Amino acid sequence: MKWKGVLVYAENYSGKVHESSYELLGKARELVSRLGGKVYAVLLSSNENDFAKDLIAYGADEVHIYMVDNALLPNQLVHRDAIVSLIKEIKPRLVLFPATPWGRSLGPRIAARLRVGITADCLDIYIDDQGEIVQVRPAFTGNLIAHIKTLSYPVIATIRPKVFPTPEPDYSRNGKVYRRYINSLSSDVDKVKVIGKPKVKQIRLADADIIVSIGKGVKSREDIKIFEDFARELGGILASSRPLVDMGWMDRDRQVGFSGNIVRPKIYIALGISGAPQHIAGMKDSEVVISVNIDPSAPIAKYSDLFVVGDIYEIVPKLLDEIRKIRLTRRT
Amino acid sequence: MNIIVLVKPTPDITKVRFDVKKGTVDRSSAELEINPFDLYAIEVAVKIKEILGGRITAISMAPPHGERALRDSIARGVDRAILLTDRRFAGADTLATSYTLAMAIKKLGQYDLILCGEKSVDGDTAHVGPEVAEHLGIPHASFVTKICEVSSKEITVESDYGDAYYTLRVKLPALIAVSRPLMFLSELVEPRMPRLSDVLRARRAKIEYWSADILLDIADPSRFGLKGSPTRVVKAYYALEKSRNPIIVKGEEGINAIINILMDKGVI
Repeated sequence: MKWKGVLVYAENYSGKVHESSYELLGKARELVSRLGGKVYAVLLSSNENDFAKDLIAYGADEVHIYMVDNALLPNQLVHRDAIVSLIKEIKPRLVLFPATPWGRSLGPRIAARLRVGITADCLDIYIDDQGEIVQVRPAFTGNLIAHIKTLSYPVIATIRPKVFPTPEPDYSRNGKVYRRYINSLSSDVDKVKVIGKPKVKQIRLADADIIVSIGKGVKSREDIKIFEDFARELGGILASSRPLVDMGWMDRDRQVGFSGNIVRPKIYIALGISGAPQHIAGMKDSEVVISVNIDPSAPIAKYSDLFVVGDIYEIVPKLLDEIRKIRLTRRT
Repeated sequence: MNIIVLVKPTPDITKVRFDVKKGTVDRSSAELEINPFDLYAIEVAVKIKEILGGRITAISMAPPHGERALRDSIARGVDRAILLTDRRFAGADTLATSYTLAMAIKKLGQYDLILCGEKSVDGDTAHVGPEVAEHLGIPHASFVTKICEVSSKEITVESDYGDAYYTLRVKLPALIAVSRPLMFLSELVEPRMPRLSDVLRARRAKIEYWSADILLDIADPSRFGLKGSPTRVVKAYYALEKSRNPIIVKGEEGINAIINILMDKGVI
């Protein structure tokens, strides 16, 4: 049997499908127009009222649902077994996972089990003139971009969230739904027990449209409030570079950079951030970048659309006043 | 407790130079050092050894000059260091790398816990740890931000799944890929600076060189290196060369310039 079609892994470990799964379905539709075959979606779910309708509306021709106990839903090894068996059954040419922490932990286990290649954290995927799949990914902390082909089948890739647009759902689309119940588990599944969920993330930088990010230019922990107010005024989220997280001033979930969150907002405002390579790797794909830095030679200048040489302690409060004034005059 | 730490010798990303045209790394521009994420794995290994006793073995797969990173590992508390180095290992992608590391671990025999960093600063994949675990048939946890509890039977960790943190109790042997910032019990993990005496001791320490031959009795050599790597780079280029050609303004002028952009984008 030939390897055909594209399988999208719809990420669900908490009763909610990760939005990037829909982005991948949109891309999969585009790819099958060149590659041929169907768009498949696979989902593990503990809930009868599952997401099949949505997955079809966003582009799946076939949805394969594996029903599993709620307690086992956040256990990666259960997902591994289901996906491996489905891949062997439907033989897709390409399998896409969201490059979320979950996807980058699960995807490689599946690739290793199948003894096939996997490409991490892709920014794009396309079909070349020979009709072959090419995966585009960053390396060396975002310094290099590599185009990669996979010689084994299926081609497996994890795709960075938000690099593809979410397609318009079409609820008039038809698709088949296959539902199975997971009864027998591999012997290693009970070696991992999920015993708690200590924290649900309150903020998701990867989804933010406006990010105000602070760096070492901030002199004390108390001063953070100034910049927090500014972020709030813009309807944005406050983030930071690594040093402030390392000092314990900012929460890990707010860190932009290679070891934190990789973001691509509409507007990224960097305040007092010099632009170490590991920070640039996290924000360089933002639509518009505005930086304020007292040092005219700060490396972040190159990655900015507007670079303001100045003291963030002078500029930000004045900026905040101006914006409030503008809003007030508009209202009256 | 037999602890294995996977240490990747990587170039210092702040110093390394790139061949802009070829999209390659100028290997002579920076020496290989311990991948920054792996420093946390070593530190955790040392802390666990302090509590439970045992022995820490570091394994690297790298060219011979990767030895420097292993000596540094010894200075930081590793007891034994193995460098997998052979032309037959060269050109490996994550599948071949993880297979080779897994075979070396198998060759060592007894192990309870494998630690590594969540990803490397050069490969950027975060895939090798989970793949090693799968080859060995053991459980793993990735993007671990806290080690809550550890005994000779199991380890309890907090893992970042993306939308939330989950607490996992994992039976040993297991592989744990650590993130940063990282908590160990109730303290923040800060990789310690090696003492001068440790650096001197490490300089004289023995680094074991393992070639592919050592693994031949248990491994399939066609799964090593380029031969065992199903992925191929067909094109590469430098990504950061392009400047956005910023408009540069000073002080007060900047306020108006920022406001103009914010208005233009409909933010205010």
